[in-house]
Amino acid sequence: MELLNQISFNLQNGFDETVVELTKEAVKKQIPPKEILNNGLIAGMNVVGAKFKNHEIFLPDVLLAARAMNGAMEVLKPLLIKDGIPIKGKIVIGSVKDDLHDIGKNLVAILLKGAGFEVIDLGNDVPAEKFIRVAIEENAHVIGMSALLTTTMPVMKKVVDMAKDEGLSGKVRIIVGGAPVSKEYALEIGADAYSYDGANAVETVEGFFAEGS
Amino acid sequence: MRPVFRLLSTELIERIISEARDILCNLGMEIHNDGILSMLSDHGASVDSGKKHVVFTADIIDKALKTAPDSVKLDDVMGRQTHDLTDHNVYFTPGSAAINILDPRSGEIRKPSTADYVEYAMLISRLDNIASQSTAFIPADVHEKISDSYRLFLSLLYCEKPVVTGAFTIDAFNVMKDLQLAIRGSADELRKKPLTIFSCCPTAPLKWSDVTSQNLVDCAKYFIPVEYISMPLSGFMAPVTLVGSLVQHTAETLSGVVLSQLTQPGTPIIYGGSPAAFDIRYETTPMGAVETQMIDCAYNEIGKYLNLPTQAYIALSDAKQLDAQAGLETSMGATLAALSGINSISGPGMLDFESCQSLEKLVVDNEICGMTLRLIRGIEPKEDFPAIPIFEELLKEKHLLIADHTRKYLRDEHYFPGTVIDRANSSRWKEEGSLTIGDRAKLEIERLLDTWEPTGLSDDVLAEMTVMMKEEAAKFGMDSLPHENL
Repeated sequence: MELLNQISFNLQNGFDETVVELTKEAVKKQIPPKEILNNGLIAGMNVVGAKFKNHEIFLPDVLLAARAMNGAMEVLKPLLIKDGIPIKGKIVIGSVKDDLHDIGKNLVAILLKGAGFEVIDLGNDVPAEKFIRVAIEENAHVIGMSALLTTTMPVMKKVVDMAKDEGLSGKVRIIVGGAPVSKEYALEIGADAYSYDGANAVETVEGFFAEGS
Repeated sequence: MRPVFRLLSTELIERIISEARDILCNLGMEIHNDGILSMLSDHGASVDSGKKHVVFTADIIDKALKTAPDSVKLDDVMGRQTHDLTDHNVYFTPGSAAINILDPRSGEIRKPSTADYVEYAMLISRLDNIASQSTAFIPADVHEKISDSYRLFLSLLYCEKPVVTGAFTIDAFNVMKDLQLAIRGSADELRKKPLTIFSCCPTAPLKWSDVTSQNLVDCAKYFIPVEYISMPLSGFMAPVTLVGSLVQHTAETLSGVVLSQLTQPGTPIIYGGSPAAFDIRYETTPMGAVETQMIDCAYNEIGKYLNLPTQAYIALSDAKQLDAQAGLETSMGATLAALSGINSISGPGMLDFESCQSLEKLVVDNEICGMTLRLIRGIEPKEDFPAIPIFEELLKEKHLLIADHTRKYLRDEHYFPGTVIDRANSSRWKEEGSLTIGDRAKLEIERLLDTWEPTGLSDDVLAEMTVMMKEEAAKFGMDSLPHENL
């Protein structure tokens, strides 16, 4: 549909105001919100993701598209909820206790939001208990943790162990990242996945939901 | 400010030129071409035709320098201007006339075929930082008498970029010139929009062969740009000191300027060369030696002093594989050359003392060229002052990834190399297969070849060129051309 193609096109080019306007117009024209989401916004983000991976566009372009996506989601979210359409997924994210580094974590949060996920950002210096508590309260699907110091990495293991104790295994997936963290470490502590950068984190989280469905 | 690297003081440049002129006007040169000897004699040079020897005069050297243009422009096959070789402008061109190719698929060093040449030309059309093509190697599956013209023909067929080339015989010049006339439509158009540069090499020390000097004269008649490729070998066929080698290079190159300008005043010429240090341990001519590169950069300063466009074989390596030596020698050469403002920098793709071309290396060198071209754009303020507003924005937004300032200047301030340059973090690198630079270059070659698009030459012109090339091939008993069967 022409209007949805326009939404996709403008999203790919990061024109956030236009994307929001077009989304409102689509709603007014009675296009089902789910269709606007899938065939307009997510279709556009998929193109952006592929181009980014291919080095045709860069991070700022992805972030601009993500900003446009977020703007449009503000319009669509109440309607999606009203229609009983589940949101794509809810993620609790933060830098672990005693770790004040949050640049990488912020980037991952922006990109996940841009991909249509609901992100609850707990900021930095987040204690293990808080990750677990918020995940339970919010019915989150994923916990994402970042550590930039070898000394703070053990908090990740603590969260994984607590999740097990709380009976969250299988319900809440845990993904870890950060410069000193590795795939091997993630496996060792029993996390579900490791990501080496923001785009990879989005791919990995998308992967969780693909498996789930 | 454009950064510029200099090796010679003005006093030293003037002294080198003065010594070179003394050599030409006292010791003279051997020129094995009667027509040229007679022309020089007509202009007052003292000629011994029996010994094929000429002693120049200060007057003809001055006269030649006066009519030599200070810029050489080139246009691509479609007639769009791509080069203005002048001042400190810099353009890269692949190293030329290799006898071998490093097979990108088997890793074997072998004689190249027409199929290799076609792939090469297609690849060059896709490499953004290499502005021209050169007839980079010699296809071994055609008669040797057409191996020079056939590679030019293939280049013009598969890539639109201007071509640095050269003829191996006097007769081959004709068809090589006719191919260009077919594209441009007339001699006048070819003069206005030069498409090729012909390399013409004096023989060290102080000698011109019949073929190369005649090529030079023939080019001048059609205003086809010529680059002189003087090749002093320090300590062997030239004095061991860099200054001594420079004196020889200057004398040989000035003689070329005289030959061209007396034939056709105002014909475009380029002050080029391929000098080398001589490694007395291996009896080889290392193009990656720092002394070779210093001679190149220094004669470029002499060329600039004389207000002439310059060229050098400098961004290349003597390694046999795409290894660390290949990278370091090529990068050092490319960087020094660009900082020196050598206008036409020859070398990318080349290995093994200018004898082996490599498509993988071309893809990697394209990135070296890209980084070098960024380097010489230097550092300039771009809406950076006053600095407070952007820092206010940074503190407020916590990052500048999508700031207007970032979006406006990102691609201009930063050169983003292709995937052959590894900038992934180690986890990603492992996950993507732990590829070496060679692996990544091979993938890039395939990607670029898959996305190649035919040139915009009309069918009529292509047909005309094909007839010319087939007639030339028929003279040497070939009734078909290998590219027709690809």
